[in-house]
Amino acid sequence: MPLRLLKYAWKKSEDEPRFFPDEKPLKKAYDVVIIGGGGHGMACAYYLAKEHGITNVAVLEQGYIGGGNTGRNTTIVRSNYLTSEGVKFYDESLKLFEDLSDDFDLNIFYSTRGHFTLAHTDSAMRTMRWRAEVNKHHGIDSEVVDVETIQKEVPYMDMSCNGQHPVMGALYHAPGSVARHDAVAWGYARGAQQRGVEIHQKTRVTDIKTKGGKVVGVETDRGFVEAKKVISMVAGSTPRITEMLEIETPIEIFPLQACVTEPVKPFMDTIVVSGSLHVYVSQSSRGELVMGASVDPAELHSTRSTLDFVEGLTDQMMDLFPFTSRLKIMRQWAGMSDITPDFAPIMGKTDVEGFYLDAGWGTWGFKATPISGKTMAYTVANDTPHELIKPFSLSRYTDFKLVGEKGAASVGH
Amino acid sequence: MKFVTCPSLGRRALSEFTYGGRLEKEPDQESVSEKAWTDYVFYRNGAPQTLKEWWYHRPTGIWFLFERNTLTDRITRVEFANRGIENEA
Ligand SMILES: Cc1cc2nc3c(=O)[nH]c(=O)nc-3n(C[C@H](O)[C@H](O)[C@H](O)COP(=O)(O)OP(=O)(O)OC[C@H]3O[C@@H](n4cnc5c(N)ncnc54)[C@H](O)[C@@H]3O)c2cc1C
Repeated sequence: MPLRLLKYAWKKSEDEPRFFPDEKPLKKAYDVVIIGGGGHGMACAYYLAKEHGITNVAVLEQGYIGGGNTGRNTTIVRSNYLTSEGVKFYDESLKLFEDLSDDFDLNIFYSTRGHFTLAHTDSAMRTMRWRAEVNKHHGIDSEVVDVETIQKEVPYMDMSCNGQHPVMGALYHAPGSVARHDAVAWGYARGAQQRGVEIHQKTRVTDIKTKGGKVVGVETDRGFVEAKKVISMVAGSTPRITEMLEIETPIEIFPLQACVTEPVKPFMDTIVVSGSLHVYVSQSSRGELVMGASVDPAELHSTRSTLDFVEGLTDQMMDLFPFTSRLKIMRQWAGMSDITPDFAPIMGKTDVEGFYLDAGWGTWGFKATPISGKTMAYTVANDTPHELIKPFSLSRYTDFKLVGEKGAASVGH
Repeated sequence: MKFVTCPSLGRRALSEFTYGGRLEKEPDQESVSEKAWTDYVFYRNGAPQTLKEWWYHRPTGIWFLFERNTLTDRITRVEFANRGIENEA
């Protein structure tokens, strides 16, 4: 848009409207309060307003918009899951992602890269075949490819892995993509605000109040706010919220770390994941290698970084991409992952009337942002779970109806 | 590097240990209700707290019980699993 660029050049900065308008004062009561201003909270607010006409909504965020896991993830979007429930759910999300830039009139830098999940063992190959078959059954572009195909696409990779654990093949998922995570949160937030939703940053929910088993509002560090319905979308803080209502879940919190190298010239267009080696890597448009591994070994509510993580990760990276031994790590950070025993999310209604849960996003929830917002908005507006999220109810553990998604986790756990 | 002081072994790098999960009292197999069993298998309070946990020392093959706070990551008690705090859980 060169003309638009020229227009900007002649404008004074004060002529340009702010991306987000000034925050309004916190009201005494709302129809819906969403706890957590991450991607999921913003997406839910957006679809509540856009698709259900519910605009008397406040999103309460203890920090700043997208400052949680949304702004910390490695931005991978894919739908090559293992269970039918997962595949259907994540594929709807992927479709929504493709149109978001247009929906928002904001570039979310959605970039389709192709996604290789490497297999280094016979059992990993078997899981790849299994996933490919389930995926194909649901019309998803996913196939097992041989070593030559991988080598052609990723020429700098050492297929023998330093002779340690040679690559035997991979699951290839052509629609696998990356997107700018902040822009996703900002786009949804602006779209929600334009439709009347209020976003209150630096507003922390400290308690949830009920009367006769029904939600009546939330206590915050800025006072009590009445609400007919309350939705928790706080990812790694979920157990602190459910504790307020004495709701038990199987969620445990583990830190998940990531890091980037200094930028190098573009050499790798695809996303490469190795489940057996616990690494995944993609190259950002700035040229940095964005890298991650498995969650930290023990439960911890913290976003601290550790040397153990970089040591372990770079050790595996050097087997896969020997030239990375010359690169410097530029930044390292962590988020808090809310892990469930079956590696599937927990979504929908709870035993407390008017309280809804969107949680258990672990290491895999960024890709679910649009569909989670959309299905939760439906669930809240109609007070019935959306068809796509029925299998993800909290009661599935009591009913022994788990959604075993562990085999599709991008890195081993 | 994080260190932990163990009885008889002394100061050891935490990286020598493998996490074995929370110490939880297993309900009596004979009399347990279905609800109590699912609670034991799945449901737990995941909020920050002080937990008793299994930790395995790889070089010696010894299981320890740590008392650790999941918010501060501070380990306040270390005992051998076979004569330790297990009975209190
Ligand atoms: C290092 C890392 C890499 C990842 N990589 C990927 C990936 O490649 N692909 C993928 O799909 N997923 C990935 N994930 C997972 C993904 O980031 C998360 O699942 C997802 O961002 C969760 O979004 P959310 O909106 O639910 O939570 P968040 O973005 O964490 O938002 C929750 C918000 O709630 C706020 N909050 C918490 N408690 C309160 C309270 N009491 N009152 C008010 N506000 C509160 C927090 O401040 C936070 O801003 C990764 C995660 C990490 C940490």
